[in-house]
Amino acid sequence: MVRTGQVLIATLGDELDDQSALGMLSDVADRVARDRVQGVLLDISALEIVDSFICKVLGDTAAVVKVLGAQVAVVGMRPVVAITLVELGLPLTGVATALTVDHGLALLAGSAAAVGPTGREGGGPGPRR
Amino acid sequence: MDQARDGDVRRDGPGDVQVVALAADGDVVRARHAVRDLAVRLAFDLVTQTKLVTAASELARNTVLHGGGGTMTLEPVQDAGRTGIRITFADEGPGIAQVDKALTEGWSSGGGMGLGLTGSRRLVHEFSLDSAPGRGTTVTVVVWRRG
Amino acid sequence: MAQALTSEAEHAQWLLDLLTRKGADVVDAWVAAQERGSATLGLAPDPRSLRATAESVVEAMRVGLASGRVAEPAGPQYEGLRRLLADTSSRGAHSGATPTETATAVLTLREALHGVAQAEGLPGEALAQVTLVLGRLVDAMALLTFETFVAGRQDVIDRQSMELLELSTPVVRLWDGIVGVPLVGTLDSARTQVVMETLLQAIVDERASVAILDITGVPTVDTLVAQHLLKTVTATRLMGADCIISGIRPTTAQTIVQLGIDLTDITTRSTLADALETAIARVDALRGAARDRR
Repeated sequence: MVRTGQVLIATLGDELDDQSALGMLSDVADRVARDRVQGVLLDISALEIVDSFICKVLGDTAAVVKVLGAQVAVVGMRPVVAITLVELGLPLTGVATALTVDHGLALLAGSAAAVGPTGREGGGPGPRR
Repeated sequence: MDQARDGDVRRDGPGDVQVVALAADGDVVRARHAVRDLAVRLAFDLVTQTKLVTAASELARNTVLHGGGGTMTLEPVQDAGRTGIRITFADEGPGIAQVDKALTEGWSSGGGMGLGLTGSRRLVHEFSLDSAPGRGTTVTVVVWRRG
Repeated sequence: MAQALTSEAEHAQWLLDLLTRKGADVVDAWVAAQERGSATLGLAPDPRSLRATAESVVEAMRVGLASGRVAEPAGPQYEGLRRLLADTSSRGAHSGATPTETATAVLTLREALHGVAQAEGLPGEALAQVTLVLGRLVDAMALLTFETFVAGRQDVIDRQSMELLELSTPVVRLWDGIVGVPLVGTLDSARTQVVMETLLQAIVDERASVAILDITGVPTVDTLVAQHLLKTVTATRLMGADCIISGIRPTTAQTIVQLGIDLTDITTRSTLADALETAIARVDALRGAARDRR
C-alpha cells in the first residue's frame, strides 16, 4: 500500500487467493483508521480474474472504508474483467470506479462537487445530463 | 451431457486429461492456472479464456468450501472441427438438496454457493450439474473456442 | 471360412477376424492405393505418417467391429474411429486439402479391403455379401470425413471473419479523452461482441473517460441489440468510463419504448454532434476537478 497525500492506494496482486483478498480488506481498514486518510484507491489493474468472491470482497472493502469516513474508488479494471462481470451479472454497485490511478485521484478530489457520470457509482443509475 | 468416456484415448490437442486436487484455498489459484495454461495452448482468445477461468474459479471454490474438497478434471475436446475445453468438478460432499433451486438466479445456500453456480453457468456454453444429498456433487462445463 | 455369412454380427466377426490376421496387408494395400491415386488421408503425404494413420484407422475399425455392428458405425465402440477420422479430416481442412481428396482417400480403403478379402477364398455369394457390407462401412466413414471436413472449413472461415470483424470495427479518437465508434448495418451477437471488446480496449489505450456509440447507421434496434448495447454501456462504466449512445432515430426511439426497453440509465442523444458536446463537457469537468486538486 502506498500513500500519496490524503489518499491511500492499495494494489491487489494477481495471485489473489481468497485468504489474501480478505487480508487486504482488513489491512486497508486498519490503515484507513490509523492514518485517517480521506480516500482510498483499490488498484485492480493486475487482476486478470475477478470472480464473485473477489467482487464481494471489493464491495465489502469499499463499504468498510466508507463507514470509516473515507471515500473509495476501484481503478484499473481490465476490459476482459469488465466484460466477464457484466456476463456474470455482477455490476459492482455501490462502488465508484475510475480508469487509472490518476483518474481515480481526480475522481476522489472532485467527488465533493460530483459532476457527470464518472462521479457516480459504477453500474448504478445516475444523473442523465 | 456425455456419459463417462471410459477407455477413450484418442485426444487431439496439446495434452491429455489433467486432474487437479482441490483441497484448500490455494488450490483454487492452482486450478485457475491449469485452466488458463490449457486455454492458452489451445489458442483461445483472451475474452473466452477469462470467462472460462472465472467459471473454473467459482466452481473450484465451491468444491473446496462446500464439497469438502474434491477434484477438477480438465481436458481438450473436439466436436466436428471445433475445439473446446471440458472441465469437471467432483466432490463427495453433502450434495445439493434442491438442484432446481440451486440453479435459480440469486439463490444462495450455506454461504453463497448459489452465486457460483448460476454465475459460472452464464459464462460457459454447456453446463451440467449432478448432485443429491449424500451423493456428492459433479459439475461439468464446456467452453468452445470462438471463431 | 467356407460357410455363408448371414447376420450382421457374423459379418462383423468375419471382418474383425480378417483385420486381426491380415491387418498389415490391408494397411499396405491402402497406403499403396493412396500413393497411386495421390489422394491421401491426413496432413502429411509422406509414407511413414500415411502408414501410421492407416494403422490407426485399421486398429480403430477393429475396436468398432468388436461391437458386432458393421453397417451403422454410430455406436460407442466406433467413437474412436469417428474421432480419428474427424481429426485427420479437420487437419486436412486446415491445411488446404479438398474434401474430395479426403473422402477419396477413405474410399480407396474399400479397394484395399476387397483385395485382401478376395485372397481369403470365400465362396462367391459370401464374398459378395462381405463386399456389400464392407462398402457400407467405408461409405459411412467417407461421409463422416466429408462432414467433418466441411465443419473444419467453417471453423477456418469463422476465425477469418472474426479477424476481419475486428479489423473493420474502427474506434476513433474524437477528442482528448473521448473515443467513438460508428456502427453501420445490422448488429448481430458476434459483431456486437467484437464492438464491445474493441471499444473497451480503445478506452484503455486512449485513456478515454467517455465513449460514444453511434448507431445512426443501424436500421433496426430490437431487444437483442438493445441488450448488447446495454452490456457495452455497463462494461464501460464498470471500468470507470462512461458511454453515450448517439444516433437514435425517432422510429428507433419509438421501437425502444414499445419494446419496453428501459434506457433511463443510459445517456442517449439523437446526433453524434450532441453526444460529442455532452462528452466534452464531462471531460472538462473531470479536468477541472483534477486541476483544483493540485
